[in-house]
Amino acid sequence: MNILEIRQLSLSFGGVHALQNVSFHVPKDTITTVIGPNGAGKTSLFNCISGFYRPQQGDILYEGESLKGIKPPKRAALGLARTFQNIALFRGMTVLDNIKLGAHVHMKTGLLGALAYYGPARREEMAIREEVERRIIDFLEIDHIRRQPVASLPYGLQKRVELARALAMRPKVLMLDEPVAGMNREEKEDMARFILDLREEWDITVLMVEHDMSMVMDISDHIAVLNFGQVITEGVPQDVQKNPEVIKAYLGNSDIDDLRKRLNPDREAA
Amino acid sequence: MRIGDAKQTYLADEAIWTSSTQKAWFTLLLVALLGFPFLANPYLLYLGCLVGIAIISTTGLNILTGYTGLISLGQAGFMGVGAYTVAWLSLHTALPFPVTLLAAGLVAAAVGVLVGLPSLRVKGLYLAIATLAASVFLHFIFAEWKSVTGGMEGLSLRPAHLFGLEFRSDFAMYFIIVPLAILALFCAKNLFRTRVGRAFIAIRDRDISAEILGIPLLKYKLMSFALSSFYAGVAGGLFAYFYRVVTPESFPLSMSIFYLAAVIVGGMGNLLGGILGAAFMTLVPEALKLLTAAMTPFWPDAPVFMSPMLEIIFGALIVGFLIFEPHGLAEIWRRIRRFFHLWPFRS
Repeated sequence: MNILEIRQLSLSFGGVHALQNVSFHVPKDTITTVIGPNGAGKTSLFNCISGFYRPQQGDILYEGESLKGIKPPKRAALGLARTFQNIALFRGMTVLDNIKLGAHVHMKTGLLGALAYYGPARREEMAIREEVERRIIDFLEIDHIRRQPVASLPYGLQKRVELARALAMRPKVLMLDEPVAGMNREEKEDMARFILDLREEWDITVLMVEHDMSMVMDISDHIAVLNFGQVITEGVPQDVQKNPEVIKAYLGNSDIDDLRKRLNPDREAA
Repeated sequence: MRIGDAKQTYLADEAIWTSSTQKAWFTLLLVALLGFPFLANPYLLYLGCLVGIAIISTTGLNILTGYTGLISLGQAGFMGVGAYTVAWLSLHTALPFPVTLLAAGLVAAAVGVLVGLPSLRVKGLYLAIATLAASVFLHFIFAEWKSVTGGMEGLSLRPAHLFGLEFRSDFAMYFIIVPLAILALFCAKNLFRTRVGRAFIAIRDRDISAEILGIPLLKYKLMSFALSSFYAGVAGGLFAYFYRVVTPESFPLSMSIFYLAAVIVGGMGNLLGGILGAAFMTLVPEALKLLTAAMTPFWPDAPVFMSPMLEIIFGALIVGFLIFEPHGLAEIWRRIRRFFHLWPFRS
């Protein structure tokens, strides 16, 4: 079953066609990755799914229902969470507050309750705190930094806090925009392990944009390849790797053997 | 050195005072505030009341500008709305002051929501100009809607009253103003321990990702405007009861700038900053006047030279703080606290 289905999506800014007739699907409980060269339209696609861009044509089906006309906050409440390519943490808040903010849509406290901080408002805050501590902070191993302002954290940890915040949204589909960009090997391995755990233990469908091919090929169940705003192919990693169109798109080169190696580092090592 | 303050429950961990030392200091502060009017001379008492009113209004503006990131030059206008509401109610009804002040806050909040409507589309300086326009507009209403506001002569009102008690003197007003200021601060502190406060800060830091994370921007921006103007309205109402006369000139545009300066000098997005900023902006001009008076015996011409200089010195002090302490007075306080937390191991 497909939890997310992109149907003939087109988005343009003036004369620039960011997405043209893009169609692909995200099967439930998989890790689906969108790859493609820079400027291929991957982040634009994410922004369409988040509701930040409004595509001119096409439709996005989430759990079989169209997302057309649904505003971003409502989409978040429906279970679509995401992280951002250029970390979008709230710099004026601590790690803990950033994560708790993710749970915003699942909380009810209104202005008066907030001012009084008594009764239901306080109970709700405590319940969220407990959930965040037990499920998320423990899982992502960030308990030592929970009181720190996010601005003071190293890059890899900031990415992890951003993931934590997205998890606090209790997502059904988690969109990760370049989750391991700029990380060292160890941090990448940690992140890959977290992403796999999300699928296995949290029953979250992951939709990811990533450039790190070894990680993409290792953990993805399903891959869609985007180039110049169009889907070239989609399928399981093994097939995508072999597709000459993909190889060409990536490097625009005819030396296919060389490129195959670069797309498939395991074989290269062997 | 601060040790042994580990907590066993999340509730204790998120409490406002997390150590018995803090509680002790706060109790001491309350005792001092309670004793102050009995010991202070009328001039200090007058200043104390002014600082209290300024703290309420500055805290309100801090919620809007410091925490939600929406610059407003309408604070004096909102205070005026509150002041006129109280004045009108005091002349036409016999309502006690808690009711009139609440009404002042609510009317100001309603006006604040109207003024805040453009905030979804315009930000930063553009929003500042939009609120500036609103404050000019409000000033015009204060001066011209004569049947309600009394025009340029304004309104004189009866003293605040409750259960037959009249709050005529500064001494009596102190006992209304200071508890309300403390209540206002506690409410604001609570706000930023909950989802609503977090949403405000998220909008300030990154409004686009806040929206994608599930925060409806317009709703929360308007909520921030409403709350901020509520605080301003209550402060304006207290102002009206304190001076017992309200005219359009009571709330000039320079007053809005005064509050914005208080927020910035104190420390944006910091409640303590609002307190310190309000005290600084209210007391420093007075201190400079006292200084002039103290210099007169040695330098007879001091008043002649100093009175035009006061504004310049005051301005220079503000500029100096912005350069040397961009995070505001609250940052100095934080540094002092850290020193004592770590003392004697590291300073």
